[in-house]
Amino acid sequence: MSPQTGPGRAFVFGDNVDTDALAPGVYMKGPIDALAGHCLESLDPGFAASVRLGDIVVGGENFGMGSSREQAAMVLRQLGVAAVIARSFAGLFFRNCLNLGLAPLECPDAGRILAGDLLTVDPVAGRITNRTRSQTYACEPIPAHLLEMVSDGGLIPHLAKKLKTQKRTS
Amino acid sequence: MGHTLAEKIIARAARRDSVRPGEIVTAKVDLSMVHDSSGPRRHKPMLEQLGAKPWDPSRIVVVTDHYVPAFDAESAAILDLTRKWVREEGVDNFYDMEGICHVILPERGHLRPGIFAVGGDSHSPTAGAWGCFMFGIGATEMCGVLVTGEIWLKVPSTHLVRWTGRLGQGLAAKDVMLALCRNLGLGTVKYGVVEYTGSAIAALPMAERMVLTNMAAELGAQTGIIAPDRVTVEALAAVGVSAPDASSWQSDADASYAKVWEFDASVLQPQVAAPHTPENSAPVGDYPDVRIDQCYIGACTGAKLEDLRMAADILRGRKVARHTRLLVAPASQRITAAAAADGTLAVLTEAGAILMPSGCGACAGYGAGVLAEGEVCLSSTARNFKGRMGHPGSKVYLGSAYTVAASAVTGRVTDPRPLLAEKAAA
Repeated sequence: MSPQTGPGRAFVFGDNVDTDALAPGVYMKGPIDALAGHCLESLDPGFAASVRLGDIVVGGENFGMGSSREQAAMVLRQLGVAAVIARSFAGLFFRNCLNLGLAPLECPDAGRILAGDLLTVDPVAGRITNRTRSQTYACEPIPAHLLEMVSDGGLIPHLAKKLKTQKRTS
Repeated sequence: MGHTLAEKIIARAARRDSVRPGEIVTAKVDLSMVHDSSGPRRHKPMLEQLGAKPWDPSRIVVVTDHYVPAFDAESAAILDLTRKWVREEGVDNFYDMEGICHVILPERGHLRPGIFAVGGDSHSPTAGAWGCFMFGIGATEMCGVLVTGEIWLKVPSTHLVRWTGRLGQGLAAKDVMLALCRNLGLGTVKYGVVEYTGSAIAALPMAERMVLTNMAAELGAQTGIIAPDRVTVEALAAVGVSAPDASSWQSDADASYAKVWEFDASVLQPQVAAPHTPENSAPVGDYPDVRIDQCYIGACTGAKLEDLRMAADILRGRKVARHTRLLVAPASQRITAAAAADGTLAVLTEAGAILMPSGCGACAGYGAGVLAEGEVCLSSTARNFKGRMGHPGSKVYLGSAYTVAASAVTGRVTDPRPLLAEKAAA
């Protein structure tokens, strides 16, 4: 992902959005595009159909709690979601987001964002701009070494790049 | 200032004299565990893309437990791929349909105090009951571990949770955890470590301690841990593991904790968590009239031999209520064999329990035993998120194996203690 994304529309959810809501177990054995069609359907049945490339998911506390299944982050990327903003994240989900090239942004002001607001996100500066409400919120910047991995598209493309460099220099 | 047990293990794995919470370190992994859902089906294409091989097959444990036994062509293909991959890569530590990964690890002697381990499953903290530092990671991150044998982490701070007193009759570690989910909340620990201590914890057998570390995941912890003691060392010896250094893997008396929590086990009531979060728990008496369609005793945190015996204590000479069904999925094949040998299984099946294969099954909504819209389940598992065990319109309550069995007899959420007392008086 590029350092700065947006504007994207906000899809707003509450506290403790869990991984069974993001990636329901019943559909876990199928391909990722089929699983993505059920993303968050237990909280908002219309979400997968209405979300578009560049949109942003916003949550409250402890976003992504529950399972280690990284499909919870993967389906959001599959649906085109550019970033996830929350007051706080479950640690495992936070790591999975970075590993899959999706920026998780911890923002104390996430609760000021309303559904449909147009947002731009700058993970390097740690800044979220709400264009609809003309507000700016600070968020936890993503450390440079991790942002490089996110920009490469996640851990696997990042490792592929590193392994290639190692081969060249050895 | 001293160090916590978790900090000592991380320091050792990171080849450092000591570490402090907040530092970012890279640690060498002693053991990595994956299962059929998070494992080879996901790693194989990633490793091929990278042209890389696993760093050390002897440090990898693979378990099939999510899609077992196969129930359709897709799940059969996932298991088939898993079996082929372990053969191709020379992974000898492979347990195929023998039980749930978190139970298999200690049962087969893969754990000992002081090891630093990762698992491709969120309930990997279970191993902390054995004095290990083990946490769950996603499949992509696990692929990174398989390639490099290392992982980065931000050293977590530790919350000390002390349970004094002793659990009463009819209470179990599940009651302790459901009470903690309510008292601490799911976000308080914020990816820290939960270290359990106190007389009530010391009195628990390993299987029950594993419930506490397992469900540290529900508290939002990176992992849970319990310092090894005599019970640990004896249980290790029983599976052929000697741990001469067990006494050195302890928190220092002057270790620094993010917070110290104190609870009295003696006054704890049996707990039941209402839908749709384990945080939503209350004493069993607060649920006077909840009718149940399905009772489920299963999963890594709810179907070890001790759980089956709790259920048998209640069900001996009793029957499951007519409009209710009781499904029992023992957590491993060895547990099934032990429960058959000591008569526990016969008590369950004579009461009308339906015996299921050892695996994650309905807990994760993968296998047989899932719920229809509007159905109500009381389960000895760890999570009751909306839709987890089937239709999003189903409702899951959580309780101990005692409470699940007692409720199976009446068909309603029921306090197990009067039923146990009746038994004692008879």
